[in-house]
Amino acid sequence: MKELIPYITLAPLAGFAINGLLGWRFKNKQIAGIIATLAVTVSFVIACGLFSEMMAAEPEHRAVHYKLMDWIAVGNVNVGISYLIDQLSIIFILVITGVGALIHLYSMGYMKGDPGYARFFTYLNLFIVMMLQLVMADNYLLTFLGWEGVGLCSYLLIGFWYEEVKNGDAAKKAFIVNRIGDFGFLVAMGVMLAAFGTLNYAEVASSAASLGAGASVLTVITMMLFLGCTGKSAQIPLFVWLPDAMAGPTPVSALIHAATMVTSGIYLVARSNMLFALSPTTLTVISIVAVCTALLAAIMALFQNDIKKVLAYSTVSQLGFMFLGLGVGAFTAGVFHVLTHAFFKACLFLGSGAVIHAMHHEQDMQKMGGLKKYLPVTFWTFLIATIAIAGIPPFAGFFSKDEILWKAFSQGSPFLWAFGAIAALMTAFYMFRAVYLTFFGKERFDAHHHPPHEVGASMSIPLIVLAVLSMGAGLLGVPEILGGSEKLHHWLEPVLGRGEEIAASSLGSHGEGLEIPLMIVSVVIALIGILIATRYYKQRTTLAQNERKLGGLYKLSYNKFYVDEIYDAAIVQPTYAASNSFLYKVVDVKIIDGIVNGLASTAGVFSSLMRKLQTGLVQNYAVMIVIGIVVLIGYVLIF
Amino acid sequence: MVTRKNAVSSALLLVVTFCFLAGIYLTLQAQFLAVVQVAVYAGAIMVLVLFVIMLLNLKEERFSLTGNWKTLLGVLGVGAICAQVIAIILLSKDKIPQTISPKAAVQGTVESVGMMLYQTYAFPFEMASLVLITAAVGAIVLAKKKLQ
Amino acid sequence: MTSLANYLIISAILFSIGAAGVLFRRNAIIIFMCIELMLNAVNLTLIAFSQFLGEQSGQVLVFFVMTVAAAEAAVGLAIVIAIYRNKETVHIDDLNLLKG
Repeated sequence: MKELIPYITLAPLAGFAINGLLGWRFKNKQIAGIIATLAVTVSFVIACGLFSEMMAAEPEHRAVHYKLMDWIAVGNVNVGISYLIDQLSIIFILVITGVGALIHLYSMGYMKGDPGYARFFTYLNLFIVMMLQLVMADNYLLTFLGWEGVGLCSYLLIGFWYEEVKNGDAAKKAFIVNRIGDFGFLVAMGVMLAAFGTLNYAEVASSAASLGAGASVLTVITMMLFLGCTGKSAQIPLFVWLPDAMAGPTPVSALIHAATMVTSGIYLVARSNMLFALSPTTLTVISIVAVCTALLAAIMALFQNDIKKVLAYSTVSQLGFMFLGLGVGAFTAGVFHVLTHAFFKACLFLGSGAVIHAMHHEQDMQKMGGLKKYLPVTFWTFLIATIAIAGIPPFAGFFSKDEILWKAFSQGSPFLWAFGAIAALMTAFYMFRAVYLTFFGKERFDAHHHPPHEVGASMSIPLIVLAVLSMGAGLLGVPEILGGSEKLHHWLEPVLGRGEEIAASSLGSHGEGLEIPLMIVSVVIALIGILIATRYYKQRTTLAQNERKLGGLYKLSYNKFYVDEIYDAAIVQPTYAASNSFLYKVVDVKIIDGIVNGLASTAGVFSSLMRKLQTGLVQNYAVMIVIGIVVLIGYVLIF
Repeated sequence: MVTRKNAVSSALLLVVTFCFLAGIYLTLQAQFLAVVQVAVYAGAIMVLVLFVIMLLNLKEERFSLTGNWKTLLGVLGVGAICAQVIAIILLSKDKIPQTISPKAAVQGTVESVGMMLYQTYAFPFEMASLVLITAAVGAIVLAKKKLQ
Repeated sequence: MTSLANYLIISAILFSIGAAGVLFRRNAIIIFMCIELMLNAVNLTLIAFSQFLGEQSGQVLVFFVMTVAAAEAAVGLAIVIAIYRNKETVHIDDLNLLKG
């Protein structure tokens, strides 16, 4: 299987090339979708083959290193296009290609009839290529290539319907905010090169280990990497782009802004677990930022009326949970949550896409209701995914979220646990609120003129598969205390084990014996959230009034804590004002233009003298050459 | 050759020059190149030139060595270069080989040049054929198309 | 036996005659022939060195020079014909399109 590794990325790359170059010529537009879907499926099949081969091998011999070619070899630095397939990356590869293939299949139905059909699949395939690049790389620079590449695809896909200004603005916002984070990643790489002289994951980790815990250079590197992660994985303070990113087509939201790209920050931290484990300061920062993000985003999600906005904030909140896991040194738990989240959040997004599709592109939940009987498949899959995200056992979300919360308690502090638990409560509430508003109650739309229609097979198959996975994926990580075997933990042990040990020893561990009680508490919390949602939303038809009674909290939540406005006032406007009054009017016009114009007019004066030499007669030029040669040979002769 | 007013006599004198050059090649024991010189230069290329001269039916050319100060300067410059180069040759006379190499007789033959061409320089040889075909196509296009 | 220096001097003189022709002649075809003469002067140098140093590559290079010269002759004459069709002259004082 080893020799097939490059084809994992080459297959979607081929799909990208074919669709990108020839897509506009296909008479039958469906061909573009079929090519793209097949390409990703090929990758998925190869990844499955690799995975089964790894399963058969001994744990120590599972990692495969594959060097495709040299890329940058300067001095002592040698960065290759080389792939590292180990226990961690294969999980991500499987998720990316698996969920990716399902979403491609779904998009074939969802995007039918769109004028940019082939363009859509071109971008989607490019995204898969870049995302695989990100997780398969064996060095930071190649990961960065993928990192930038997915950012680009995200930009292209958010602004996919570029005819509308607001979509273009959302795309620009996502791109610019991500650039801020990427800056951190770049700085981190620069420091790594200066300090260790290498960008290879394994070499950086071993150099870091020899420095010992708490070295300031490690803190700088990890803080900068984390800044990169806050951009890509939508943490405070750079999370603002993700909700706006919902301007893109729904399959994109599912694939990029829920299941894969936004988890690349978690991947990066998990991949560099050694560095982060050795830097307790950064871990503390991460856990605080993460829990704040989880809580804040959950509050914002409470009273959103746009179904995709609810899911977007929920994604931010769940990403906060993942980072909470990483921040308390439970790298496996973070990765586990990535895995389960990919399934249920993709399912939720695709479900919402089905709803939007059925409602003729209406996204406001206040204008839905009672869709249960029109869209049975969508309803049941959506419900399953909602239960999974709410954290009801034995659905997938419970095990991963509970593990994170438990680690937050035992290796962090009770406060982290408490805030996380509150966020979980809100999660259960707003997700069920969304379910009730959408699928229950009276029909708040014109059912006679535009009856909603259930989705076709290409859209329902992915929904069902993802729903099944949302139910079952949790079984990979049933904790030992409940009689499970923690398969995922044993699987990831060779990659993440050392980092977790170091982190655990520096963070300490407490709360022995409280695991089961806390587990019960979190289930109860989730149930409370569901009950509140049921109480207020199951049958109600007049919603807005009830919510407005909450006053300040409602306003804050509905307006997303005014974060966008604050950023606008604190950063965007001053930058704009400074650019306009100083940079533009003084620096640009007076200094830069002055220099440029001065150079040009000086050149003009000289050239008006020189132009007399240009007679247009080639022989005169040849004379010049001859004279030049005479001078040159004379010089050689004399000296 | 360069001073003839009539282009045809210029061309014929050039043919004679090429034949003499072929003779010089023979004194250097480069038989293969001597033959190629006669066949390609004196034969093919100059015939082509003559054809073009006849095709264009040119009038006699008016030119003078001293008509234009720039031209004069150029001719004087060329003379200077010639003098300089000859000076260099004479100055370094002792540093260059004095006698013809013993291998000369062998390496001038068709056989050895051919071996070299088809072995060491096989790739450039193929590229040369590409150059020729490009030139042929280019010449046809240029000569055939009516320029506006 | 002629010495290497003599061959080189002949070559230098031939080259200079060619160059001078390029400079003072006004007929494009004659200029063209002068260029051929210059190329031949270079060929002579190459062969002379090749035979005196016992290094065969020089002769191969001459072969390639001839190839390029043939190609150049074909294209160059085609250009002359094209110009003649266009301007009814090959007198290069009338060809000053390079003047801005």
